[in-house]
Amino acid sequence: MKLSFAVVVFPGSNCDQDCFYVIKNVLKQPVKYIWHKETNLEGIDCLILPGGFSYGDYLRTGAIARFSPVMKAVGNFAKRGKTIIGICNGFQILLEAGLLPGIMIRNKNLHFICRYVYLRTENNKTRFTNLFNSGQVLRIPIAHNEGNYYIDPKGLEELKDNNQIVFRYCSADAEVNEDSNPNGALENIAGIINKEGNILGMMPHPERSSEEQLGSQDGYFIFKSILNYLKTR
Amino acid sequence: MIAEIYITLKETVSDPQGLTVKHALESLGYKDLVEVRIGKLIKIKLNSKNRRLAMRQIEDMCRRLLANPIIEEYNFKIKD
Repeated sequence: MKLSFAVVVFPGSNCDQDCFYVIKNVLKQPVKYIWHKETNLEGIDCLILPGGFSYGDYLRTGAIARFSPVMKAVGNFAKRGKTIIGICNGFQILLEAGLLPGIMIRNKNLHFICRYVYLRTENNKTRFTNLFNSGQVLRIPIAHNEGNYYIDPKGLEELKDNNQIVFRYCSADAEVNEDSNPNGALENIAGIINKEGNILGMMPHPERSSEEQLGSQDGYFIFKSILNYLKTR
Repeated sequence: MIAEIYITLKETVSDPQGLTVKHALESLGYKDLVEVRIGKLIKIKLNSKNRRLAMRQIEDMCRRLLANPIIEEYNFKIKD
């Protein structure tokens, strides 16, 4: 069976080409772009919502992009249990669209933070993390201004009860504490999945850490995990 | 008609911007500040002559797009 990846392009997306490159040249799988005005997602197995500044981050990050024509199709795609990964701004769009719970607010220190961070794999029983060990520390860069994850106490309980927290910011030796929290995110949350487990949102950029010469290949194994899942289905 | 919509962060949500502005004001010598919170003001000019309809529309706009109910609250007034 031939698998197909697709990268959604919103006005202001700027990590779309990096994602496309990693799928095509590193993962070596078929991939195409989906312009935000398209509404046909037939034949696609995995959808990537890339990072960037869709619609200039106007009003709130991701708030306008969720009304793009493609988002209705993305909602149906999600309902069918298909695989979606939202990275950085893609994550923010999924939050605004209500496909993932919670929201991003300004980084605690008000800085745009662009650097490598460490992540602890909190849940390796997902289609996005099946190649990692439980608790494995990954090195993947972040680049954002609004990565301060927030959810109300009831929502947080639900995330925990359903094992939806996939990545937490940590130190090099897997300590999850305030010092290893770059942006003030609640409980160091860096990535979550929905209850059904088919949608992942994460602030760090796996596409920027998919080849050794970029300093880390850890991000590659997220895409490889997805491929692994799609192949064994 | 002009609608003035105020969007503010809920009290339970931290406001890093407000906190930083508070520190800046304190460094200017304003020492007795309790808290600074930053929000948004959105002005919308409407053609509508029907006040009740306009209020319903603005309420709808706030709910569907202008404010995110997870972290924000809104209120508005409509002027002629």
